[in-house]
Amino acid sequence: MSGELGQLSLCLALALAIVMAGAGIVGTREHAARARRVATSATLGFAVFIALAFGLLTYAFIVSDFTIYDVASNSSTMKPLIYKITGVWGNHEGSMLLWMLVLAIFSAAAAFAQAGSARLTSGALGVQGLLAVAFLLFILFTSNPFLRLDPPPFEGSGMNPLLQDPGLAMHPPMLYIGYVGLSATFAYAASALIAGDREAHWARAARPFMLAAWIALTLGITLGSWWAYYDLGWGGFWFWDPVENAALMPWLVATALLHSALATERNGAFRTWTLLLAIGAFSLSLIGTFLVRSGVLTSVHSFAVDPERGEFILIILGLAIGGALALFAWRAPKLESGATFGTVSRESALLFNNVLLTAAMATVFIGTLYPLFLDAWSGTRISVGPPYFAITFAPIFVALLILVPFGPRLPWSQGDLKAVLRALAPAAGLAAVGFIVVAALAPSRAILAGLIFALALWVIGASAVDLWTKRKSRGLTAASLAAVLAHAGLGVTLMGVAGTTLWRAEALDVLRPGDSLSVGGYQLRLDDVEDASGSNWRGVRATLSLIANRQTVATLAPEKREFPNEDQSVTDTAIRTTGYSDIYVALGDQRGSGWTIRAYVNPLAPFIWFGGAIMALGGIAAFLGRIRARTGARVAAAVPAE
Amino acid sequence: MNAKKRRRLAFAAAIVLAAGGGAALVLTTLRSNVLYFYSPSDIAAQHVAPGVAFRVGGLVEKGSVKHGPGAEIRFVVTDGKKGVPVKYSGVLPDLFREGQGVIASGSLTQAGVFDASEILAKHDAKYMPPEVVEELKRTGRWKEGEGAAPGAGS
Repeated sequence: MSGELGQLSLCLALALAIVMAGAGIVGTREHAARARRVATSATLGFAVFIALAFGLLTYAFIVSDFTIYDVASNSSTMKPLIYKITGVWGNHEGSMLLWMLVLAIFSAAAAFAQAGSARLTSGALGVQGLLAVAFLLFILFTSNPFLRLDPPPFEGSGMNPLLQDPGLAMHPPMLYIGYVGLSATFAYAASALIAGDREAHWARAARPFMLAAWIALTLGITLGSWWAYYDLGWGGFWFWDPVENAALMPWLVATALLHSALATERNGAFRTWTLLLAIGAFSLSLIGTFLVRSGVLTSVHSFAVDPERGEFILIILGLAIGGALALFAWRAPKLESGATFGTVSRESALLFNNVLLTAAMATVFIGTLYPLFLDAWSGTRISVGPPYFAITFAPIFVALLILVPFGPRLPWSQGDLKAVLRALAPAAGLAAVGFIVVAALAPSRAILAGLIFALALWVIGASAVDLWTKRKSRGLTAASLAAVLAHAGLGVTLMGVAGTTLWRAEALDVLRPGDSLSVGGYQLRLDDVEDASGSNWRGVRATLSLIANRQTVATLAPEKREFPNEDQSVTDTAIRTTGYSDIYVALGDQRGSGWTIRAYVNPLAPFIWFGGAIMALGGIAAFLGRIRARTGARVAAAVPAE
Repeated sequence: MNAKKRRRLAFAAAIVLAAGGGAALVLTTLRSNVLYFYSPSDIAAQHVAPGVAFRVGGLVEKGSVKHGPGAEIRFVVTDGKKGVPVKYSGVLPDLFREGQGVIASGSLTQAGVFDASEILAKHDAKYMPPEVVEELKRTGRWKEGEGAAPGAGS
């Protein structure tokens, strides 16, 4: 029954989404209050039916209803309950439904919040409705999660074991919240163009969505990188892989958007540019979805795919980007340009931020898509090596990081460079001390390491200075705390990246029980290899002693798991972290009576994800500040009316 | 020139400068970091110079995998017509098996052995790298249904 109910819910949601799109766009006209009310109700109804469909699919996964094709081909009764639930989005059909669910939640939130003018909200709901229609058609025609299977199998064919992991379980929902949050931002931007929003109110109305999207993308990328680190067994945290780049590009543009929208919101500066960024950020989310779903590029993360779906997403992509840019070209010139500003001002700092972030995105974009274009053009098959990304991306980010501390210290409109430099002197001092200490103590590549750590400390120091002076003058707002955290997190991540790349120690050998290998000042002795098993896997577990200064400091137990139902094996690494350094061991294949063991010592590796978490915290601070300000304003507005 | 015009000019100049510098950097780096994909037959026909980095893809020839000394492993990548010997030191991907598709990155030694620095096989038993699928289709060894099945993966 649940399959038919789910199908019905999706069809009803489609009908309501059509109403939402039509009424929403009509509602951007001055005297169409009725259409606006219809759009709001349709949005809420749409959200309810999508939630119902998602609930029904989740139920089918929990009770292992193998009469549903999607459940039969992606789940099994032997899976632990938690992975039955996360299995809902651990496959294409279910993940598209999760996409819709997030879209529905954001649309309902926009309908409830009624931020900005009624016309603006109505247009945003209309655009969200259009996207919902496109993606619901996509789901119903190419990726229906409720298709029946007759006869049902006795046992499902299971889920990719790599996805049976708590880190990866939360990774897709985070990325989707990010992508869809950017769709809400896009919807407000498009609505502003349709409704002719002269005062750029849209930037303020869309701010919570922008922030939610950015927080989710930051966490999603951090989780994904952490997962790749401990699950793939290669000891790396970022591979410049197309699938990773697909998430990084929207993040870069969303970061630029968050910054430029600040100026737009304040006095209308950069107003057309901010609109363009909103369109760009969502377009890159769609391109990301296309790259991941169509499998046109070879990737370490790519999974089985279907070209028909790729084409469908490409059509949606073309319509959304083309339509939005056409709208932009038609309406944007009618918007008045914003206030002017001096050469030394916060606006200038934001301008540099935007130019650099956009350039960074462009280099990633070119490196990721060049092989695709070349293949289509001349049939030559190539791939772009990670050194390309490191060489082009790094200098842009270095320039960005040098400039980061200036932004929050510069006043709007016109600033005094000397005053800013004076204020930042302690940060510069910290950077200088950092350079000397790191260069003196570094085991290798001393000058380079010293410079990178100086840069990281410059950013972190400036954040500390900011926190200190703003607290003292009682000027610490949620927004300034957000900047402090986000910028400091960037510095922390940089330290982690530098430590891991510059000073990593690596060892690889075939060990028999009793043998040991040495890595980065430690000895690792293989004590035993024994059989191990779980509810849906069998495998082997090695026990290794970690020896420092002739004393055993820890026992590490990496595993190799075979999932017979899915016919796959997975490496389960063992990581011992001291908080500032990781000892990382992966168990390889059996060679005669020995086993290949790969071990790394990754100094400062935990800082990479720790920094990501601090950045996300910054986003959360800004988000909560906005929500509080908004409810405060609403209460203040309500009081005199009584 | 008023402030507004000056600002626009500065903005345009910044964009042009960044775009120009970026484009130059991107193009030079891209040129030196492109890895071409060759099949074993391509290698035999084109005489790729030793030391030039590229990727080779095909199937691991049955019965060709030899272990040792140490963590070294040798095997042959074949496209059904030609084979190329590969050597690699390291932990093999979980799904590295004889008869399965692989992609190896590395370069040829003077002796004509492909010295691989990275081996990509897939996490998913149903998956084949698109390049390998195309290669097999070209050489007529592709069996429908043995590759990507819809609905698997994330």
